[in-house]
Amino acid sequence: MASVVLSEAEKLYIVHGVQEDLRVDGRGCEDYRCAEVETDVVSNTSGSARVKLGETDILVGIKAEMGTPKLEKPDEGYLEFFVDCSSNSPELEGRGGEELGTDIANTLYRVFSCENSVDLKSLCINAKEHCWVLYVDVLLLECGGNIFDAISIAVKAALFNTRIPKVRVLEDEEGTKEIELSDDPYDCIRLNVDEVPCIITLSKIGYRHVVDATLQEEACSLASLLISVTSKGAITSMKKVGKGSLDPESIFEMMEFMIQSTREASRNKMAAVLGQYQSSAQFPLTSTWDRTESRQVTSHRPSEDFG
Amino acid sequence: MAAVTRGLPAVREPLDSGARRGGEKHLVAPGDTITTDTGYMRGHGTYVEDDKLIASVAGVVERVNKLVCVRALKARYNGEIGDIVVGRITEVQQKRWKVETNSRLDSVLLLSSINLPGGELRRKSAEDELAMRDYLQEGDLISAEVQSIFSDGAVSLHTRSLKYGKLGQGVLVQVSPSLVKRQKTHFHDLPCGASVILGNNGFIWIYPTPEQKDDEAGGYTSNLEPVPLSDREVISRLRNCIVALVTHKMMLFDTSILYCYEASLPHQIKDILKPEVTEEIVLEARQRLLDLEG
Repeated sequence: MASVVLSEAEKLYIVHGVQEDLRVDGRGCEDYRCAEVETDVVSNTSGSARVKLGETDILVGIKAEMGTPKLEKPDEGYLEFFVDCSSNSPELEGRGGEELGTDIANTLYRVFSCENSVDLKSLCINAKEHCWVLYVDVLLLECGGNIFDAISIAVKAALFNTRIPKVRVLEDEEGTKEIELSDDPYDCIRLNVDEVPCIITLSKIGYRHVVDATLQEEACSLASLLISVTSKGAITSMKKVGKGSLDPESIFEMMEFMIQSTREASRNKMAAVLGQYQSSAQFPLTSTWDRTESRQVTSHRPSEDFG
Repeated sequence: MAAVTRGLPAVREPLDSGARRGGEKHLVAPGDTITTDTGYMRGHGTYVEDDKLIASVAGVVERVNKLVCVRALKARYNGEIGDIVVGRITEVQQKRWKVETNSRLDSVLLLSSINLPGGELRRKSAEDELAMRDYLQEGDLISAEVQSIFSDGAVSLHTRSLKYGKLGQGVLVQVSPSLVKRQKTHFHDLPCGASVILGNNGFIWIYPTPEQKDDEAGGYTSNLEPVPLSDREVISRLRNCIVALVTHKMMLFDTSILYCYEASLPHQIKDILKPEVTEEIVLEARQRLLDLEG
């Protein structure tokens, strides 16, 4: 991970600040930075989103392509994740960025491994023969700390924005199957993202944990816990990163905190996101206009807790 | 647990740049023609094509008699002798340290150019060379002055004064070097309760004002005691104010930072970075600065 080098005195200042619940930029331990979510930014994708969380900048594009279902799940479509970090810094170009990219992609696979997160059965066209495969491409434009959270928000927003065209499979007399795409560009299926989980990263700094750590704070933390939680409070996956160790009691504490805050805030947040998107869906041209002319930006500013 | 505040999407208009004092600044983009008069000599940031003087960088045109050059707005730090810089040690080499100062090449801090702890002045021996890491390690922050410039443009620093040296606890903010105004002194003790070093290279160091000034010990002993909460609040507020000024491309000097700080007092520290609040404080600070000039 791209990280900054800090002097010992700077690290000490950050750690003491966290103990007193006043971080360098004035936030408390449980405050997120201002997040900006923008959808429909890339025109030739089925769905896209861009998230700016402080300095972190993530771009996600989703392309829906037809493919054959997996053998063990013949009546479901599936998602494929690719993460590209090369545009971030010279040290992440080529080989260096690959390690981080595969790490993030594997985490996303685990997060979405839960069966209920995305309704994969709706992606099926013909059992055992045709299904929709959603290729999710994540581009890390700038790493300013807390990339997993930003990526999960961007993926959720992009999945909401995805428009998959409706297809019909016609069978000829000889048995050859023809796939017919409907002519109307607005006749498409949308995915239900209510159950898509969001990743929350809690970094342990000193004796306390903080959410949404900046690059400097990540350099001071020895261990972090990544938990993906749905809006209903169900945990889909958990991962520990970092060289340090976490006490089992503090892990339970962190999990409790995350579940509690997610239940409250995620409902509000998703209501906000869906409300805004539903209003833009009534005017299908709005998103194009806003993208080219005035950069319509949805700003979500979580004040205390964030889902 | 408060609810999540959400903002409606809004068109963000760029802040009006306010009244220009003195003449209009001639801003150019790469490829713009500066002048078709052939009597001018071309300086940095320009080139001649078809008898026209064309800009190669985005910036402000500066003209000194017959010399025309374009000063880029966003560029790496170009060292000048006498500048105060704040830098981070990246390497420890045989008789010198390499310091990162946001310039094209790493700056150099020679072993012979530093002050030893205690302020003693003596010729550095081989033991000093082996003990270099005890003085300054990788990752340490220092404040120094530019002593000379090598032929390739690399800057040579020195800390041969008690006011320079290793920096202790505080917060570093990195901004573009063109936003730091050149002043007589770059070390400021702000009346709000913290001190700030405005490095010419764009590195700004905010730290709690030390109590005793005289017993500096050459700046090597760091005070590792926890900084009190009141000082932390001032430092965080100053840091957010500086970030707010930078987002609106205002020049940074002690008065502008102080006015911005005072304008931000009614708001909570973490709210300063919200776009509406940032605009409000910067507008107020800008107004006070214009009133100051009369």
